[in-house]
Amino acid sequence: MLTINHLRKSYGPLVAVDDVSFSVERGQLVGLLGPNGAGKTTTVSMVAGLVTPDTGDVLVGGAALRGDTDPKKRQIGLVPQDLALYDELSARANLRFFGALYDLSGAALDKAIAAALELVGLADRERDLVKTFSGGMKRRLNLAAGLLHDPDILLLDEPTVGVDPQSRNAIFDNLEELKRRGKALLYTTHYMEEVERLADRIVVIDHGGVIADDTLSGLLNGDGSRSALEAETRPRTLEAVFLTLTGRSLRD
Amino acid sequence: MANIPVTPLLAMIRKDLQLFFSDRRSVIVSFVVPIAIGAFFGSIFSGPGDNAEPARIAIAVIDQDGSAISKAIVTGLQSDRNLKVATPAEAEARDAVKRGRTAVGVIIPKNFGDAAGKAFFGGGAKPDVNLVYDPSRNTELAMVRGIMTQHIMDAVSREMFGGAMGKQYVEKSLPEIESSKMPAEQKAVLLQLLRSVQGVYNQPAGAGGRPQGVTMPYAVHEEAMTAGSNVAYNGYAHSFAGMGIQFLLFAMANLGVEMLLERQRGLWRRLRSAPVSRFTLLTGKAASGSIISFLILTVCFAFAMIVFKVRIQGSVVGFLGVAIACSIMASSFGLLVAALGNSPATARGITTLAVLMMVMLGGAWVPTFVFPAWLQQFTLIVPVRWAVDGLDATTWRGVGLAGALAPIGVLLAFAAAFGALAASRFKWEEA
Repeated sequence: MLTINHLRKSYGPLVAVDDVSFSVERGQLVGLLGPNGAGKTTTVSMVAGLVTPDTGDVLVGGAALRGDTDPKKRQIGLVPQDLALYDELSARANLRFFGALYDLSGAALDKAIAAALELVGLADRERDLVKTFSGGMKRRLNLAAGLLHDPDILLLDEPTVGVDPQSRNAIFDNLEELKRRGKALLYTTHYMEEVERLADRIVVIDHGGVIADDTLSGLLNGDGSRSALEAETRPRTLEAVFLTLTGRSLRD
Repeated sequence: MANIPVTPLLAMIRKDLQLFFSDRRSVIVSFVVPIAIGAFFGSIFSGPGDNAEPARIAIAVIDQDGSAISKAIVTGLQSDRNLKVATPAEAEARDAVKRGRTAVGVIIPKNFGDAAGKAFFGGGAKPDVNLVYDPSRNTELAMVRGIMTQHIMDAVSREMFGGAMGKQYVEKSLPEIESSKMPAEQKAVLLQLLRSVQGVYNQPAGAGGRPQGVTMPYAVHEEAMTAGSNVAYNGYAHSFAGMGIQFLLFAMANLGVEMLLERQRGLWRRLRSAPVSRFTLLTGKAASGSIISFLILTVCFAFAMIVFKVRIQGSVVGFLGVAIACSIMASSFGLLVAALGNSPATARGITTLAVLMMVMLGGAWVPTFVFPAWLQQFTLIVPVRWAVDGLDATTWRGVGLAGALAPIGVLLAFAAAFGALAASRFKWEEA
């Protein structure tokens, strides 16, 4: 469904992303891991059409994404790390606005809003101002805004930052449901246990390049794409694998 | 030019209007404050209405002479409609000026009348009139000086040509001049003058009456060039135009700052991820900004029309054209703030300064005619100047559509320039 082909992006002398390639299939959740500054956000930004790659392509359903108004962008939904919501508007007004950006209107928009709010468990709070919501509720509404237009591909950039266990669990249930509906999910996070629970495949990025692309069991069993694993005592957790792959030096 | 999809565009406009009206502080600052300040400035600059008395200048007159001339001067000053005259003791007058309660103190010294009479015919030293004044009220000093000159000339000449003091002076002076050693030619001229004056004194009162002294050789007919001969100048038209423009610029600068906040809060990433062109995103912002700006101007003028009887004496179409062009200009200024601003906090500070400079130089606070000539020319590069001039032209000046076309054209040119610069400098890509 989503294929990333040899993406490269540099800012002056700094190469943020260098020859990154991987894919996400329907009904699959791919966890995108990497230390701070590894190139995860730049990669997601290129997939979302926020940043134009220097070289390489983002293929949606086999066709390359081109330009701001490419209709294929309708097949992509972005759930940004920030709570990208208008606090002074109600949940419903927020969703009306974001839905209209995808040319939804009238009954179709109302139906989409109802479905999205139902999925994230906020149907009874649709008329309340967002500023009255808890952090967890805002996170769920943030997710609802990303899938309002029923995209085939959902880009989730650390969607559970700062939420309580109950809300996090609710978001996981939502994502499981979306997988069942055949959505392709690209999930960026620093929480290893989330990827362990949700991901069908894991892509690890560091210094702008892909250093591992495998299933959880593949990585844990050390038969991943990085031979460095073999030099270490075979790790038994994803976090240990991650630290082996990316090193223990601090990244700020 | 990109093909603009209607649904996203309308959604952006509606959202911005909802956000604007949901912020009570913004609404008060944008609608109530300009009305309050406009009313205040209007009351200052309007001048007297049809039935109102002009604001009188408070002066104190101390007559230390007590002569017929000095008494006539005091009476003249007291009868002047531009002055409010008190006659305290000198110390009291000086204290009143020092405390700012009185603008000028006029001290007529002892023997003033006698000396002034002699000086009138060039035969003696000119006596002083002492003025003590508040240095912060130089304009009023200049006015008092002019008014006082008129009344002194009036009093002295009337006394010298028709009063007992003048007759006495002439009778006493004639033998003195005849026996003096002044040059014969000068002596003859002076004697002839005084004998002529003596002849006037000796005329029987009747047909022509006694001469009244030197008078102003002309009368003034004043006509305010407003929309019509029977249309009074309404200073509220200018003050509401100025304040309306000032606060719509503040509102639009805030719109730009809000865009920076949207970027900071990740909202711009979400907007950019939608299949909407950059042109549509900026057009949506510009459109909502223009609507808000136009509403601010409209509400300001509606209030001024209802409460202060401001009227569009010129072209209504021209007025609307200037108001719309001004709104678009202000909105594109907001986009420029968003494009050039690094952070909301710094942008807020810089734009506040920029707006204040623009409205000050553009004549929104005080009319530009009070500026030096070079500054009046310089301010033509300030868009606010064109907006204020355009609104003045179509309201109290009563100018037709043709007179509004230049301001409309210039304001739209500014809008295009601001918009183009904003589009070229806007930070679209963010990783």
